[in-house]
Amino acid sequence: MTAFDTVLDLVLSALLVGGGIFALVGSYGLIRLPRPMQRLHAPTKATTIGVGAALAVSALDRLGQGQVSLQELLITLFLLLTAPVSALFLAKSLILRGEADPDLPPSPTGAPWSTLATPPQDP
Amino acid sequence: MILPYALGVFLGCLTLAFALNLWRLFTAPTLADRILVLDTMTVNAIALVVLYGIWAGTGLYLEVAVLFALTSFVGTVAYCRYLLRGNIIE
Amino acid sequence: MRRLFPHPYLSLTLVVLWFLLVNQWKLGSLVMAVILATVIPLLTSAWWPDRPRVKRPFGLAAYGLLVLWDIIVANFQVARIVLFFPRDRIRSAWIPIPLDLTSPEAISLLAGTITMTPGTLTADLSADGRALLVHALHAPDPAAVRDEIKSRYEARLQRIFE
Repeated sequence: MTAFDTVLDLVLSALLVGGGIFALVGSYGLIRLPRPMQRLHAPTKATTIGVGAALAVSALDRLGQGQVSLQELLITLFLLLTAPVSALFLAKSLILRGEADPDLPPSPTGAPWSTLATPPQDP
Repeated sequence: MILPYALGVFLGCLTLAFALNLWRLFTAPTLADRILVLDTMTVNAIALVVLYGIWAGTGLYLEVAVLFALTSFVGTVAYCRYLLRGNIIE
Repeated sequence: MRRLFPHPYLSLTLVVLWFLLVNQWKLGSLVMAVILATVIPLLTSAWWPDRPRVKRPFGLAAYGLLVLWDIIVANFQVARIVLFFPRDRIRSAWIPIPLDLTSPEAISLLAGTITMTPGTLTADLSADGRALLVHALHAPDPAAVRDEIKSRYEARLQRIFE
């Protein structure tokens, strides 16, 4: 076992423990934060970094064994691209159902916010 | 080699996270919260699958993770669309 | 050539994505990737009337790195608020942000960036597409958050896209 292996082992372990704690914080935030809009914040960020750490460890672990694996990169990219979209959709449904924080400010351009602009209609 | 112990710690964190998620799933005050919890659970499940892949030392489980990431996103968006529009496919 | 590949960047992205998905280098995968890269842009071109204009592609790469760094910092801040702030001391605020950007790609990129970075989350777009509604988890000074978003992200995106 070379010095490089030891360093890699330490780095991977640190990444894993950190990522695990972040994943836990994301789920804990869901319970602790009092208001629905605040609860949206915790999982979109913290959980993504938790999975990101697991994926980075997986890629580096394979790299340490001499294999190149790029699928981890694909999953990370995909999660980074989709997390904002799901968060936006959830926020929009909270606003529409009136469950978001009260005192929604008016839009600075004068036009209403798009979720509230058109009432939901039958196609 | 301390990597197996780190894997154990990560597994512990994820298990606890799943327990918290389940608790929130049953006590969620709003519908959007439930969707959010389900989304978080799928992301945690992806982490779990990747973790098992590292432990088993094969890349096969990554394919599962890819598919899970794809389908969970579609599921979340479909639920939200149902809340927003009352239907999913127009 | 222009008719066969209406969106060259999209086709290129599809080839790279297909290889990431297959995860190995084989001739058969390349053939499949090229077929997909031809067919998908043709089938979906009705929804993409004009191609996005990127003035500085390298600026986009630098922007990606900046955002990646901010995501990591964001996580520590959010984790600190979630774990250690007493519930009644979390000052959440709605922040309307008037936009100087006009291209839809740049606006959606900005919205995604806001969601992934420190304690802020894009909640809605105004009906005329010229303002974003942002929710901040802990913002004692909403005006400062708005100014930071405008100077740190929007100005950069404006240089890249317009």
